Amino acid sequence: MVGIVGYGAYIPRNRIKVEEIAKVWGADAPSYKRGLQLREKSVPSPDQDTITMSVEATKNALKRAEIDPQDIGAVYIGSESHPYAVKPSGTVLAEAIGATPDCHCADYEFACKAGSEGMFVAMSLVKAGEMKYALGIGADTSQGAPGDALEYSASAGAAAFIFGKENVLAECLYTHSWMTDTPDFWRREHQFYPSHGGRFTGEPAYFRTIMGCAKALLEKSKMKPEDFAYAVFHQPNGKFPMTVGKRIGFKTEQMEQGWLCPTLGNTYSGASPIGLTSILDVAKPGDLIFMVSYGSGAGSDGFIFKATDKLPGVQNKAVHTRAMLDSERRKYLDYGTYSKFRGKIKLRGE
Amino acid sequence: MSAPKYWREMAQRYRFEAVKCKKCGRVLFPPRLVCPACKSREFENTRINDKGTIETYTIVRIPPSQFTDEAPYPVAIVNMGDNVRVLCQVADCEPEELKIGMPVRLEFRKIQQEGSSGILAYGYKCVPE
Ligand SMILES: [Zn+2]
Repeated sequence: MVGIVGYGAYIPRNRIKVEEIAKVWGADAPSYKRGLQLREKSVPSPDQDTITMSVEATKNALKRAEIDPQDIGAVYIGSESHPYAVKPSGTVLAEAIGATPDCHCADYEFACKAGSEGMFVAMSLVKAGEMKYALGIGADTSQGAPGDALEYSASAGAAAFIFGKENVLAECLYTHSWMTDTPDFWRREHQFYPSHGGRFTGEPAYFRTIMGCAKALLEKSKMKPEDFAYAVFHQPNGKFPMTVGKRIGFKTEQMEQGWLCPTLGNTYSGASPIGLTSILDVAKPGDLIFMVSYGSGAGSDGFIFKATDKLPGVQNKAVHTRAMLDSERRKYLDYGTYSKFRGKIKLRGE
Repeated sequence: MSAPKYWREMAQRYRFEAVKCKKCGRVLFPPRLVCPACKSREFENTRINDKGTIETYTIVRIPPSQFTDEAPYPVAIVNMGDNVRVLCQVADCEPEELKIGMPVRLEFRKIQQEGSSGILAYGYKCVPE
């Protein structure tokens, strides 16, 4: 049996509300909130980035896996906000958790599906018997240009998954990847903010790709949407994942537990992976979980997991994802502090 | 901070690796060659735990240049148990929230960056538990 033997998430404590951003740009907050089905988003502190959040998410995963980090044979961080242009993020992470030096490391990039890519490769290496454990992480601290629609949603968070063959918490039953060349969202070298194709990011990109992957995964597994206790999809806003899920045949009740976007925002590479951690926090033995990520450019990775009887015993060994999302220590920022935190203000000499 | 200095201190900055005296059991962080309590030179490796309490603190309002955009920020001496104390920044905490005896937990954070082209230095800060 191959699957997840440890999982954990990290969400920073700062938040900004849609109203606070809309106020600055003279935009209509109620129509953004309705259109995006989004109320607020997480914001990293100035001393947090993809590396620091990956380390914290992995520490939570290690609390649940209770393994020797020296047995982790591969470390893959998927992100579109790796702090260095040249120098891996994964080396810092591996050093911080004590997985060096006998370890394979690569940073993944594929817009928002970089995290599920890392999970896919980590899972496959363990399945192939190449190593005892492998770690796949999705993390981002993405930015939208000031005033752009993306600024309302681009947020921060991380999820980490350790794959192995012993003491499996959620068995990976099937995977499927589906991708085409679709230029819906991109960032050229040396550009600070990304560009997108506006409405083109919807039907021909997000919906077509996720549905392509989901249908192939259901055919491969000979399963139906009603067989699943939970489903989670990439969540660039609150509206898209619910719409795509219903088109495939899932109901609201199956999707709510992993639907974090309304108060988390779009954590890019972290989006469906963090949703999956929230599902694993409450899933019961035997529950089937359907997950499809999405990365612009464009592609989807799909997974079917089945919770085992080992899962309930570890759910409370680390903080629950919803507890971080709804934490009493949330701090609401004004736009000025948010701009300072996100480096949108350029100081003299920089 | 130079890259070689940062690299040499990584085991302590990233993983809080400490040593425990084989003779008297004293935990030393950072590790030393000779135990100050019993003068023994034999140690075993250990790690200090990630929870502690604030023993004392101060608020830095006039910071060194690389911390300008963080001021005012608290710096605390944290008691990690086993007679180990660490000096670190307190993150995610308003100056008025700070209290002596406050329980904290260590979190991995970016400590500083060398201008816009130098290395990023990572390590631990404490955050309210
Ligand atoms: Zn001694």
